[in-house]
This record gives sequence, C-alpha cells and structure tokens, in this order.
Amino acid sequence: MTRFEKAFGKGHPALVCFITAGDGDTAANLDALVEGGADVIELGMPFTDPMADGPAIQAADLRALAKGTKTADVLRLAREFRERHPDIPLVLMGYANPMIRRGPEWFAAESARAGVDGVICVDIPPEEDAALGPALRDAGIAPIRLATPTTDAKRLPAVLEGSGGFLYYVSVAGITGMQQAAIDSVDQAVSRLKAATDLPVAVGFGVRTPEQARDIARVADGVVVGSALVKLVEEHGDDAPAAIRNLTASLAEAVHNARKETAA
Amino acid sequence: MTEKRNSFRNQPDESGHFGDFGGRYVSETLMPLILDLEQEYRKAKADPAFQQEFEDLLEHFVGRPSPLYYAERLTETLRESLPAGKGAQIWFKREELNHTGAHKINNCIGQILLAIRMGKTRIIAETGAGQHGVATATVCARFGLPCVIYMGATDVKRQQPNVFRMKLLGAEVVPVESGAKTLKDAMNEALRDWVANVHDTFYIIGTAAGPHPYPELVRDFQSVIGREAREQMLSRTGKLPDCAVAAVGGGSNAIGLFHPFLDDPGVQMVGIEAAGHGIDTDKHAASLTGGAPGVLHGNKTYLLQDEDGQITEAHSISAGLDYPGIGPEHSWLHESGRVRYLPITDQEALEAFQLCCSLEGIIPALESAHALAALPRLSGEYDRDQIILVNVSGRGDKDIFTVAEALGAKL
Repeated sequence: MTRFEKAFGKGHPALVCFITAGDGDTAANLDALVEGGADVIELGMPFTDPMADGPAIQAADLRALAKGTKTADVLRLAREFRERHPDIPLVLMGYANPMIRRGPEWFAAESARAGVDGVICVDIPPEEDAALGPALRDAGIAPIRLATPTTDAKRLPAVLEGSGGFLYYVSVAGITGMQQAAIDSVDQAVSRLKAATDLPVAVGFGVRTPEQARDIARVADGVVVGSALVKLVEEHGDDAPAAIRNLTASLAEAVHNARKETAA
Repeated sequence: MTEKRNSFRNQPDESGHFGDFGGRYVSETLMPLILDLEQEYRKAKADPAFQQEFEDLLEHFVGRPSPLYYAERLTETLRESLPAGKGAQIWFKREELNHTGAHKINNCIGQILLAIRMGKTRIIAETGAGQHGVATATVCARFGLPCVIYMGATDVKRQQPNVFRMKLLGAEVVPVESGAKTLKDAMNEALRDWVANVHDTFYIIGTAAGPHPYPELVRDFQSVIGREAREQMLSRTGKLPDCAVAAVGGGSNAIGLFHPFLDDPGVQMVGIEAAGHGIDTDKHAASLTGGAPGVLHGNKTYLLQDEDGQITEAHSISAGLDYPGIGPEHSWLHESGRVRYLPITDQEALEAFQLCCSLEGIIPALESAHALAALPRLSGEYDRDQIILVNVSGRGDKDIFTVAEALGAKL
C-alpha cells in the first residue's frame, strides 16, 4: 500500500496542506502541519515566476528565494521530513523550469531519493507529459495532475492518463488563494471526476476556513489548503509553527469529521 | 507539387513544437482554451473572408504596404572604412511608418479579428515599453472592446507618454508591482487575469512567444513584413537580398521578416539580441548567446536563468528587448543554424541610433537601432552589389527621453 493509499484510506476525508519551502522555519512548519493533523503535505518549490499563484504564494516564493533557497535546499527539506515522518505522503509542487533544469531524470531520481511520493507541476499539462512524466513514473513518483472547471469530459481521460497519487480538482478557474467555488458546483464536479477515476479527488483553491473545508470534505476525498497557511508564515515569520499547528488542527477537525456531522 | 522535405517554413509540428522548442506549457485551466484558439485559428486561416478583412485593415487602417527604402548615405558612410569593392547596399523595411509607429499593430489586427470571431468580449495584453499596449488599445478602440493592459510599475514610470496614449485610447492600464516590475512580471499578471476570466477574455500576446498556437499565429500575422519586402525587393532590384537583419526581443518583427525568406538559401539572416552592458556582465537580454533552454510563459525556449532554473532579470536600454526569453522559433532557427544571432550592446545601439538620425533623417526605435548597429560589422562581409535588408521595426519618438538621459542631455 502506498503512502497515498493509506492517507486517503483512513475512513475519513484527508486534509492536504501546502507550504512553501524556504519560507520561514520550513522544517518546523512541516512538523506543525503533521502535529495539527495534516494527512498529506505539499511542499512548494519556490519559483521566480509563479504565474498560477495569487499574491500570498507569490510573496512566499519571493521571500524564500530572497533568503537564497536553492533546489538542493528543497530536496534536503524533503529528505529530512521523510526521516522524521516515515508515513506522511510528501508532494513537491511547483513549476516546470526548476524541475527540468538539470534534466527530468535528475529531478525524479533526487526526489525519489529524498522520499518524495508525488509531484505536481503546474505548467506541464498532459500534452507536454514527455517533459517530466516518464521520468517521474520510472522513479516510482506519482505525477499528480490538476483538473479544473474547464476540463471537459473529452479532455478528462487525457488528464487521468499517466497520473497517480490523487487527482487535484482546482475548484475555480483562477489563481491560488482568491475566491471560493460554490459548493454545488464542487459537488457536481467531484461526482463527475469520481465516475472517471479510482484516484481519490482532493479539492483546492480558495479554501481558507474550517467551515469551507468541512463543506468540501462532505463531497470530496480530500481538501487542499495552501494560501491561508502561507499567510501565517508571512505574518509570523519564524514564529509561524504555533499558528500553523492551530489552523491545521481546526481544519483537520472539520475535514476529518465532516461526514459524521452529515450523518448525524 | 510536393512540399520541400527540408523546408524551414513548415514548423511548428502538430503539437506546436519547433524541434525541441515551443509547446504548450500552461496550467490545465488554460489548456482547453488554447486548444480552442488553435482550432479557431485554423478555420480563420482557411477563411478567405478573414484574410480579406485582415488585409483590408492592414491597407486602410495601418497604412500598408510599408515602403522599402534605399539608405544611400548610410551605405556610403559605412563603405568609407571598408576595403575597395566592399560594403553592401543597405535597404530599410520601413515598419516604423505603420499606424502607431511599429510593426506591433500587424499582429494586434490579426488577433482582435480572431477574438471577435471567437465571441470574446474583453481584451487583455501585456506591455513592456508600451508599444504593444498602444497597438492593442488602438485596435480595441477601433472595434469597441474593453481593454486591460498589464504593465510593470517600473515601465509605467519610465514610459509615461505611452501610458497616457493607452488611456486616451480607452484602455485601463494596470501597474504590476510583483518581481522586477517589468515585462516578464506584466506577462505573469496577464496570465493570472486570463486564467480567472477564460470565459470572456482574449489575451493578445505581443510577440511570437507563449503557448502554441501564439508563436505560429503571431508569426503568420507579422509575415506580411517579409512577404511585402520580398516582392518589393524583386520589383525594385530584380533580386532577393543577400542578408536580412532584425532585432530580436521576443522576436516578432524578426520572424515576420525572416519567415518568407527561410527557404531562399541565398538569403543569409542575422537576428540581433540586446547585449545590454555586455554579455560577459549580468546586465543583458541575450537569451540565445547567454541563456539556456527552459520553460517559461507557456513555451520551451532559451531563457536567462540560473543553475536552479530561476529566471534572471534581463537588461537592455531598449524596453522592448528587455525580456529574459525569446520566441521558440528563434531558438529552433538558432540551433538549426539557419539564422545567425549576434549581440549588440546598449552603447552600440545608441551610436547607431544617432547615426541613423543624422544620415537618413529617420529616428529609429532603440529596438531597431540594435539591428542598425550590426551594419558596420555586417556591411564589410558583402560586396557593393550585394544587399542587406534591415527591418526598421519602429520609430524612436518614444525613446527620445531615454536617449537624452543616456547622452547626458537635459530636455
């Protein structure tokens, strides 16, 4: 059983949490996510030009890069996380250029060595899978794809082909951390996706509060929270872990128990 | 008639690749939209009514064809320092005489017709120096569509006249505060707008770069430059030029000039990259000479970047060349060897700018001055009966403040 299968097979929806590598005390932030109850961790690889991200993650990337964060640091953070937390799935999320700079095989091998389970590359759609996908799959790493409100039934099989881990449903057409989708449309979309794949479906973009997370967890296998956590690092700097632990705990509470409340 | 197997003119392939370059490196949200755009473009390209409307606007709104002009005094002056018999005739393709003052308008006309065809009701664009922003605002005014222009906050400050022009034309100019606040950041922000407004918004990209099909369609719209020049050359001189020269930022004026000549083996081609303070410094914009292949803004191409794939800031005195990437077809033409790419520094461009003003009575854009600056070097490679064709892609009115500052003149 893979770490993803375990994380999504706990009998309750999973909380997927994102923070940016190199921003604040990243190792402590990661530990705080785990302590708070995150089931899957996404570690953002900072990039100079994060064109799919909103202001919160853009600023986090620039803070991380201004501190001199290198690809080697991201991989080291991943490796050390894996040593401390053998069971939590770890996903690297970012943009194509830093991932393929030294060749996709190099990146896949180094990620596998660091104990990374999956990779989300925002700007490699299925059409350009050859740029990274084969190298990841050969190294035993799941390429996690995004589905969006614009992904129609005709495209969906191409998105699912060769993807693994879970399917990340981007609930709004837009950038990270902005508006939130209406729950009805999320419900419909998730049903449509689940009819087409056995992969768990996690829903993200614009989820900030435990209430929003709970609503989504009622209809999806997982809920992704990113910008709201990254903003805590912006506010608290190196002292962010306590705030991250608190928010994660309240999100985890809401997500993990979402369906119990529905049943009651 | 069968197609030439070794043609340089049949790129990109079906998936939008120019050899290893190009492609569609965009987020999933945009992917269905650019597939749709490609389909619509194929239909438009095959539709005589679309072509006719495009050509009609180029003639009556833009003022095409632009003249082909023999730069006699520049030719003679360059010959003075060369051995007897050397020194090509210098001819200009006068794109600076187009409406709005540069080649940019050719592409904007084509793209807004596509936008209208696709039923889009809102236009966005990025701009560096403001030339593409002005051209986009112009066609939006002409067709009555709302227009939002993203422009780096640094560029907004240094290009005030163009900002005002865009506003007069009815556009909303949004200063972009992220990154170095220049063209690259404006493009990021335009992409962020687009991904949030895909249902009604058309993104008019200003150069032959971005995700497929943009590099192809921008090239096709700009190829009117090379097609006209080819006919004009043949009718005026009875032969093709021996060399074609153009400045390359993203590379739309260059690919527009080059593409119709790519399969003429007798026509050598030189693209001029902006070398800023010099390619051995960290202040230049020469992606081919000083960069490496990578992925940015939807395509794979040569980029200025560090060993981790982080994009580094470009520098050029010419805001239109101040971009850390280059159109993917140029990357391919560079690797295939069909086009030679040379770097020209800020200083060399400034000297050529002044030379063109004083010898020809033409104030060229600083972008075009980079192409002109290669002439002292290139001219001597050819005999007197040979011809170098230079694309004077834009006029320099917008640059007089920058030039004055560089020359220490007070206005």
